[in-house]
Amino acid sequence: MNFWDYLGSRHQQLLTDAFQHASAVFQCMVVATVIGVVIGVVAYRSEWAGSLATTTTSTILTIPSLAMIGLLIPIVGLGVAPTVIALTLYGLLPIVRNSIVGLRGVDPSLVDAAKGIGMSRTARLFRVELPLAWPPILTGIRVATQMLMGIAAIAAYASGPGLGNEIFRGIASLGSKNALNQVLAGTLGIIVLALLFDAAYVLIGRLTIPRGIRV
Amino acid sequence: MSETTTTTNGASTGAAGAADGTGAGAATGATIELENLTKRYPGSPNPAVDEVNMEIKAGELVIFVGPSGCGKSTTLKMINRLIEPTSGRIRIGGEDVTDMDPVKLRRKVGYAIQSSGLFPHMTVAQNIALVPKMVGWSKSRIKSRVEEMLDLVGLDPGEFRGRYPRQLSGGQQQRVGVARALAADPPVLLMDEPFGAVDPITRDHLQDELIRLQHELHKTIVFVTHDFDEAIKLGDRIAVLRERSHIAQFDTPEAILTNPADDFVSGFVGAGAALKRLNLTRVRDVEVRDYPTVTVDDPLQDIFNKLRSGNTNEILLLDKRGRPYKWLRRGDLMRARGSLARAGTLVHDTVTRDATLRDALEAVLTDNAGRVAVTGRRGAYEGVVDMETLMNSVHELLEADRLDAVEHQHELQEQRAEHTHREQEGADATGEERA
Repeated sequence: MNFWDYLGSRHQQLLTDAFQHASAVFQCMVVATVIGVVIGVVAYRSEWAGSLATTTTSTILTIPSLAMIGLLIPIVGLGVAPTVIALTLYGLLPIVRNSIVGLRGVDPSLVDAAKGIGMSRTARLFRVELPLAWPPILTGIRVATQMLMGIAAIAAYASGPGLGNEIFRGIASLGSKNALNQVLAGTLGIIVLALLFDAAYVLIGRLTIPRGIRV
Repeated sequence: MSETTTTTNGASTGAAGAADGTGAGAATGATIELENLTKRYPGSPNPAVDEVNMEIKAGELVIFVGPSGCGKSTTLKMINRLIEPTSGRIRIGGEDVTDMDPVKLRRKVGYAIQSSGLFPHMTVAQNIALVPKMVGWSKSRIKSRVEEMLDLVGLDPGEFRGRYPRQLSGGQQQRVGVARALAADPPVLLMDEPFGAVDPITRDHLQDELIRLQHELHKTIVFVTHDFDEAIKLGDRIAVLRERSHIAQFDTPEAILTNPADDFVSGFVGAGAALKRLNLTRVRDVEVRDYPTVTVDDPLQDIFNKLRSGNTNEILLLDKRGRPYKWLRRGDLMRARGSLARAGTLVHDTVTRDATLRDALEAVLTDNAGRVAVTGRRGAYEGVVDMETLMNSVHELLEADRLDAVEHQHELQEQRAEHTHREQEGADATGEERA
């Protein structure tokens, strides 16, 4: 059975896996974005809080994903829970770092001007600082998504959802007729998903970055 | 609609009480009083701003000028409490604002800074609408106000409303910055080196615009600069500040130029005080002399007669619309064999009655006969200023300034003597620390 025949006969299963993969990554990204931006907003003003946030998140990133999921299994069990927790944690680093860098990068004279014309602390944050820091934050989100696409494949190890199942099944039955097809289908599926997400981010960027600061 | 029109014609309403007017009608300025204003930063032995006392009248344009690091900007930022004073009081329009909510205070005090401080992610209209929006104006009122403000600073609303700041030149950005600062019609406007980052020609234009604006609006403006020439050009009064914002001299430009209080001030005034003084007087303030004139339509014979009979060597030939055209000397017509087209020298340069004496002097110096024609509406001839008039006027001006200054100095000394007297008497009462 060649690759195309394989795809033809298993497309139902593949599509379900792909959808679950995308959905897991998307939901974890939403959670990671909210948490990451909040951490950034809380931390960017103080020197030590900023470095604490970035060091903590980058430490998380150094833990191998397989180990992380393995460590989570005894605590939260198999299935969706370890996948979601691991993905969210990994997604945090680029978002937290870019939020802090972006917010710190806002021209201090603009913050001064915002204060000077009588904007309150909250108004400054939501009307001036976050909109101006949005492009780097969005870049962080984009990088995090690409990363999570790959990491989500590992989630199958903890019986999580997604295209990782194809890959793991293929590796487990190495030597059998469809082993290579399975691994290939899973990998290519992830690549296609990553490209689709990236295109979506380009679109989101066009829609949400104000024309005045678009590069 | 009726509420939008009130903002435009409020120029005649009362002065000092305008501080609490968050919008309509409050077109005139409010007084600003600084009392023992001090800023101390933790960890430095000397205060950055030390006991500044100052009274600024309603509708006055006051300049803080001084070397960098003298605390002039800090002093300015304490007025809208971007920097919280360590001690001392600030009163705007008689109302003590030292302890009021700074956010509310700042909405009543316009603020314009160097390189405009426009928000790049908002359009020009959105930038200008910020403060009116925050103080809760209606949408239609904000919209018409934005148009009005753009008009006021000389930008076409239709063209510029929807632009983003990066699509504007530096000078245009600065204009929008001023429009934003004035949008909610605050009685007080603070300007922190607003024209510091634009090229000299644009800066000159912007300064002229500010003078015009102030003529229309009569705001109380505090303007910080390190450029003394700018200070002279714009200021009703100038506060020359030395380190820790100590006031070296607080007086009219004329008084500072002719009678600097001490070496520090004269050092800051720099060389050429007399020349700078020329910037403060307009041609209309000096005597403009009549000069024999003829027009191109006069018969040649009349021109000959006038040249021969007149007590000057030259006459001024005017064109059909009465504008200065050529200087004619006695021999010129003969040499040109009676042709007006070839005779005489063309008038290169004229000045208006609004020109400064410096401009007039420039024109007189470049003219080989040492005089320049003064023109009025549509360039029509009005008279002539020559070297002699200029010299006499300048001498008179300087002498008058000197007398004024001496008298003023006298007054100040008396005041100061009284002040020290009072302080010594009531030393216990005023010595207490205000945190």
